Amino acid sequence: MDWLFFGEISLAGLAMGGLYGLIGLGFVIIYKATRVINFAIGEIMMFAAYLFLAFAGGMEMSPWVALPLAVLGGSVLGGVIEKVMIRPMLGESSISVVMVTIGLASILVGLVELGWGADPQLLPEFLPRKPVFLGELYLAPKIAYGFLIGATLLLVYLLYFRFSRGGVALRATASDQAAAYSMGINVRRVFNLAWVFGSLAASLAGVLVAATGGLSPQFGAVGLSVLVVVIVGGLDSILGALIAGLFIGWLETVAGAYLGGQYRMPATFAVLAVILVLRPYGLFGTHEIERV
Amino acid sequence: MILECDLTTTQAVGSDVGAASGKTEHNKNILEIHNLSLSFGGVTALRDVSFRVPEQGITTVIGPNGAGKTSMFNCISGFYQPQQGSIHYQGKPLTGVKPPARAALGLARTFQNIALFRGMTVLDNIKLGAHVHMKSGLLASLAYFGPARREEMAVRREVERHIIDFLEIDHIRRQPVASLPYGLQKRVELARALAMRPKVLMLDEPVAGMNREEKEDMARFILDIREEWDVTILMVEHDMAMVMDISDHIAVLNFGQVIAEGLPADVQNNAEVIEAYLGTRDMDSLRHKLNPESEVA
Amino acid sequence: MRIGDAKQSYEADEAIWTSSTQKFWFAVFLLVLAVFPFVADAYLLYIGCLVGIAVISTTGLNILTGFTGLISLGQAGFMGVGGYTVAWFSLHTALPFPLTLLLAGLLTAAVGILVGLPSLRVKGLYLAIATLAASVFLHFIFAEWQAVTGGMGGLSLPPAHLFGLTFQSDFEMYFIIVPLAVVMVLAAKNVFRTRTGRAFIAIRDRDISAEILGINLLRYKLMSFALSSFYAGVAGGLFAYFYRVVTPESFPLSLSIFYLAAVIVGGMGNLLGGILGAAFMTLIPEMLNLLTATLTPFYPNAPVFMSPMLGIIFGALIVGFLIFEPNGLGEIWQRVRRFFRLWPFRN
Ligand SMILES: Nc1ncnc2c1ncn2[C@@H]1O[C@H](COP(=O)(O)OP(=O)(O)OP(=O)(O)O)[C@@H](O)[C@H]1O
Ligand SMILES: [Mg+2]
Repeated sequence: MDWLFFGEISLAGLAMGGLYGLIGLGFVIIYKATRVINFAIGEIMMFAAYLFLAFAGGMEMSPWVALPLAVLGGSVLGGVIEKVMIRPMLGESSISVVMVTIGLASILVGLVELGWGADPQLLPEFLPRKPVFLGELYLAPKIAYGFLIGATLLLVYLLYFRFSRGGVALRATASDQAAAYSMGINVRRVFNLAWVFGSLAASLAGVLVAATGGLSPQFGAVGLSVLVVVIVGGLDSILGALIAGLFIGWLETVAGAYLGGQYRMPATFAVLAVILVLRPYGLFGTHEIERV
Repeated sequence: MILECDLTTTQAVGSDVGAASGKTEHNKNILEIHNLSLSFGGVTALRDVSFRVPEQGITTVIGPNGAGKTSMFNCISGFYQPQQGSIHYQGKPLTGVKPPARAALGLARTFQNIALFRGMTVLDNIKLGAHVHMKSGLLASLAYFGPARREEMAVRREVERHIIDFLEIDHIRRQPVASLPYGLQKRVELARALAMRPKVLMLDEPVAGMNREEKEDMARFILDIREEWDVTILMVEHDMAMVMDISDHIAVLNFGQVIAEGLPADVQNNAEVIEAYLGTRDMDSLRHKLNPESEVA
Repeated sequence: MRIGDAKQSYEADEAIWTSSTQKFWFAVFLLVLAVFPFVADAYLLYIGCLVGIAVISTTGLNILTGFTGLISLGQAGFMGVGGYTVAWFSLHTALPFPLTLLLAGLLTAAVGILVGLPSLRVKGLYLAIATLAASVFLHFIFAEWQAVTGGMGGLSLPPAHLFGLTFQSDFEMYFIIVPLAVVMVLAAKNVFRTRTGRAFIAIRDRDISAEILGINLLRYKLMSFALSSFYAGVAGGLFAYFYRVVTPESFPLSLSIFYLAAVIVGGMGNLLGGILGAAFMTLIPEMLNLLTATLTPFYPNAPVFMSPMLGIIFGALIVGFLIFEPNGLGEIWQRVRRFFRLWPFRN
């Protein structure tokens, strides 16, 4: 076995996994606050990536202006979605709400295809091109810098949710909506902010992932990997999303490199199946107690 | 009737039941709860609870909010697994018996928060109660004509004659349950429980939230059921007027413990019970509860 | 009550059609279905067959998602199992179509049970994700198990046959697809007149209470999975006979979404609604095609917009119906019917 190759693949996989962790975090924020499983998270990533393409490519802005704008656009999209599609579904069964997000995904795919066509596109280069070495191991610079940017946002998020007022409100809402409401927390606003923040994380990750692998209307399929990540980690566990993100990113890349691209999805979904059977609520998720 | 109305602490009641079941009372108690303990994480819902349900009569469990009454029903139904203790039904332990099997054994119930199936009509809700007594499998159902239809018709006839007429709900049988007023929903739930052909009928707060007239109707139905059906009634209820009026046997739960058990009159005058209700500091409800006569029209 | 006739018996009361008005209209409907292939042109026949297949598949998904409350993202995968089963048996045996379709249904039902097994431990959305996993695996198998599925190239199969007759044209296929659709929808209707169907609905509405009332949850969830996948398998088998070729691309994830949309648009837990939803959803792409054809002379690149528009319309229908008309076309139909209640027997 070529350990150098394995190491490099693993490193690339872990870096990718870091981004998965970030998207997973976005997913978990939305889930924790609003109990909505967002099947459209991949499409929100895609939408932001296309925005970046439009700003940096079409309008020839500097990528460092385009990036925040695209991320902002993705976040606004999240907020709008919450207001227009999710809020009217308050009180409906979770299945109906999930199906709304599935419908939304279909709409977003159609919209970007209308706007940018069905062909794959490359994002303008904006990350440093100098090769990155960790000891012996080479890591593609796009992946390395993508990881660094993603990890920075992740860190900011963790600190924010730990210490800021907004974070406290969010956590309070997550643990007991009624209590949070009675303590004067504006639960509606928290819902909306959760969608904004969740989509923000997804949007940034979307641009970074698209920067390494290209962009097409099928890009939203990464959402499936993210789904695996959050189920394996536990839907309501931030820590779970981070750890599972790293693991799934690694597994997917290794399976792709050694077995072939067609094995990426089956490999991660096999893990998903095992988890569903053995630990249905994920590695770190909480099992909800039901009452009659 | 059982006249053992020592108002002792749980431990004592527990051992009393044990002793009694060993001797003469055995076949008279259709349900016996022995030293049941149940907790959820830090919350203890039941602590070493023992009591018995004599066959045929109306046994009522009372106690302040959060005392653990519903949790106890859930243990009997098999939905909660107690960490300790056992439940004996007709002399046999229920340990390890799954909820559907318990239903088939004759443990039927209604729910505190009405649990009707919103997507079905009144009639279908009631028929669903007969599920465990029916046999048609998937293929028979797909074909319908033949055994499935025969069985459906038999159940329909039974439900119409013995339940729908009895509970006076003929006029609503075709309606979707969601459209019914609260009081009628409670009645449909009772109908569904009756369709289960119960040996023990567990009613969790059957008159909660009802107006005076509805309460009286419900009390009358419960008494009629006791007269006409071969069934033991186990009830949880807060309405003391009704409880004192129709119960044969009462157990009092407080903070997950049985603090008294016995005849209505004895329980009513028990110091600990009074204190448990005093503990609510709700003077209005206290006055209500301790003077049930004023409630009875 | 409809025409105010006293119900003589419970049998009559629990019939599917309880009044002569309803019987009359159902007879008219059957007559129309029977005459249709003789008057319809090739295009309408083609559409008729597509709708028939969609009705069977939608009814299956409705049983699982609409009536039992178990959302499935595996419908396309299940149809694929049926399609490949029919293709394989047609290529390797001389079995007539009723047997190949039956085998397709049974094998798919077995796969469905397997996929439903996690419902022992998980429910709701977790189960939906299990079905998603199943569709990923099934797609992988279709694409990679060369020896059986022919890999990415798929399988081409001979036409359906029975007693020396072959069914090749759309006209001929119509006489397999549509009667089967009618029978299968009626069978589904029967299920919901019996304890089995009540158990499904009870699980959807309140699973815990249902269990306490005596319903074995795992048993009935698996039964629902089996029944639903049986329908999907038969629909997939018909798909194979109809197009005479199956490839992994015949059963993409988007097809699962298509059927979910059909169930939602039609009305979850409403068989008649499901039929309307299936027909409606099948017609949309066709109408869009028509529109594109009309527009192309003026806007030459109109066809480019066709596929994305379809995605947008499907998505918007899902979202729109869920928010504004959660009971779907079935409910709208009821409203219309109430309006014309007694027609034509006004007495
Ligand atoms: N599934 C559960 N998870 C956590 N705690 C529970 C659960 N079920 C009951 N409890 C707790 O157990 C205690 C007893 O609850 P229970 O519902 O049995 O009370 P109750 O006597 O029926 O009260 P009420 O009169 O209000 O109906 C309460 O503190 C309740 O919060
Ligand atoms: Mg209670």
